[in-house]
Amino acid sequence: MGLPLGRWLAGVVALVWATAAQAAAPFEDSMAQRTLACTACHGDQGRAGPDGYYPRLAGKPAGYLYHQLLNFRDGRRHYGPMTRMVDVLSDAYLMDIARHFAALQVPYPPPQPLATPPAPAALARGRTLALQGDAGQRLPACVQCHGERLTGALPDVPGLLGLPPDYLTAQLGGWRTGQRRAHAPDCMASIVQRLSDRDAYAVVSWLASQPVPADSRPAPEKPALPAEFAGLKCGSAPPPEPHR
Amino acid sequence: MAASERSDPTRPRRWLWRWGVGLAALTLLAIGLLWHLNYNDGVDITAAEPAPADAATLARGTYLARVGNCLACHTARGGVPAAGGRPLATPFGTVYTSNLTPDADTGIGRWSAGAFWRALHHGRSVDGRLLYPVFPYTHTTLLTRADSDALFAYFRGLPATRAQVLPHELRWPYSTQAALAVWRALYFRPGGFQADPAHSEAVNRGAYLVQAVAHCSACHAPRDRLGGADWRDLSGGMVPGLGWYAPSLTNAAEAGVGPWPEAQIVRLLRTGAAQQGVASGPMAEVVFHGTQYLTEADAAAMAAYLKGLPQQPAARPDAPPNAAPSRLATAGAKLYEQHCAACHGAQGEGVPGAYPPLAGNRAVTLAQTENLLQTVLHGGFGPATAGRPRPYGMPPFTLTLSDTEIAAVLSHIRSAWGHHASEVSPLQVLQMRQASSGNLR
Repeated sequence: MGLPLGRWLAGVVALVWATAAQAAAPFEDSMAQRTLACTACHGDQGRAGPDGYYPRLAGKPAGYLYHQLLNFRDGRRHYGPMTRMVDVLSDAYLMDIARHFAALQVPYPPPQPLATPPAPAALARGRTLALQGDAGQRLPACVQCHGERLTGALPDVPGLLGLPPDYLTAQLGGWRTGQRRAHAPDCMASIVQRLSDRDAYAVVSWLASQPVPADSRPAPEKPALPAEFAGLKCGSAPPPEPHR
Repeated sequence: MAASERSDPTRPRRWLWRWGVGLAALTLLAIGLLWHLNYNDGVDITAAEPAPADAATLARGTYLARVGNCLACHTARGGVPAAGGRPLATPFGTVYTSNLTPDADTGIGRWSAGAFWRALHHGRSVDGRLLYPVFPYTHTTLLTRADSDALFAYFRGLPATRAQVLPHELRWPYSTQAALAVWRALYFRPGGFQADPAHSEAVNRGAYLVQAVAHCSACHAPRDRLGGADWRDLSGGMVPGLGWYAPSLTNAAEAGVGPWPEAQIVRLLRTGAAQQGVASGPMAEVVFHGTQYLTEADAAAMAAYLKGLPQQPAARPDAPPNAAPSRLATAGAKLYEQHCAACHGAQGEGVPGAYPPLAGNRAVTLAQTENLLQTVLHGGFGPATAGRPRPYGMPPFTLTLSDTEIAAVLSHIRSAWGHHASEVSPLQVLQMRQASSGNLR
């Protein structure tokens, strides 16, 4: 059985209302108004664009979003339309924009089935890489930095769930070729250098097929790295200050 | 010619010889003239250094470097400020900007104040090479020696950064010093700023800032096919290599500010937006990196000078008034309601302080449609400045609207609300898409 009729109707009404409100939204002096240029591609409230490439912004850690805005402006990430958008914006305003989207808690849609369903073996390998890593290949688990539930970690590490597979693949490829960079030392670049094509496909397939947990908020802080990865340093996500 | 002359066998040889000597003499004379115009500046770059700069000089140098926008070009995207390496596209190839930090080998660490002055005033490098006029020595030649020394003190005070700048990628013959010598003979004379005694001190200060420091005519002068111009001319031109039009500052139908209140000109320069219009494209960069740091007095001086520029008569509208809207423009009216009216208003009235009005907006009706096309295709934010820290953004439409739809909506806004500007064709949209897809530095 599907949804009860009442809830279904309420959903339709809400949707129609939201569409109407969007079309004739009166002007307001707000960050939502200011960032209409962003949501034109990244979807209403930064929920992600409809075409599977423009990633979600809503609810991502503010530090992560801020660094990406700086990276586009300062040439560490390359996407002409994004660079053009942030070219004459100050650090302070980029931080305002990052905080605005970080504060939006909107539900994730369920993951879309992949166009070509991955083989169970690939999914199993992807799961292992994401949750346990591969010490032999010196690959830390994704959960090591991106949060136990892979919803990210405050303030700088993004979540990995609810992202389109095309986007995830493009980012891994970008890191491998140097098209995407982070502040030095670039830990993600060094990890991707050790990731084989087969493993990249496996981990993307597994990540893209996981539902986002109901509580999609990032972990309050990045967990400490185990001894074998102590040398892994991230310029964009420095280790948390020691507790006093 | 007489038959007897033709029969004399020695005559043609003598004739050839005479012409040869004449030609050689002329060539020598031309070379001498070129040498004189380009190299005979007599600047002693080994002259004793001026005393170390005091705090006030250093502050002035910092200010001039900022409002003159030196760092915007002399910094690569995301690079160390003033360490150069930004590629600048020109119709003749790509030029990479130089490292102005005091690194001994790759920057200006071994330069004297005299050498720096010779670069700004005569357009020659420390080794005597002629510099490419992408560096606007056509304008900095008007700077005073004191301001040159202040700028030198500022750059010498920056942290030394080792940054080998890439060699320029210019096509032959533009890559040669000889071609540069000829170009300079045609378009460059070392000068000095002459204050006009008929004008107030403020207007003269404004003229100095516009002509020498901010080098406005580097973009706003119409350039010819060799990239040359009369550098006093501010009547509008295409910005080399960027696909944006720098509108005329001497025509009220373009960007002339004769009729504007002075306070609005100051606001545009210092915040990026005035009641009558906003800075976009390359001008947004100029405001963001440069003019937002102008003191109120200097911005007012520039405004006073710009207001007083002789104005050209307004050109006739390029479409007959009261013509019925075309099919393209009618289709555009619907698209306007759907995609534009929420911010720019059903009647193109805009939202004060947030979205510029389109009705009566000169940027909408300019004969050159490049800026409109860039804005609709790629969107963008106004510059975030101290006076306007959180500007509103325009979405890009390059992915959502087709060439025909963009042509329709632009044709609509160019003919609605009493506008009589020409239609925009889908071909123009396509051409701009292709031209502007890769021009980010």
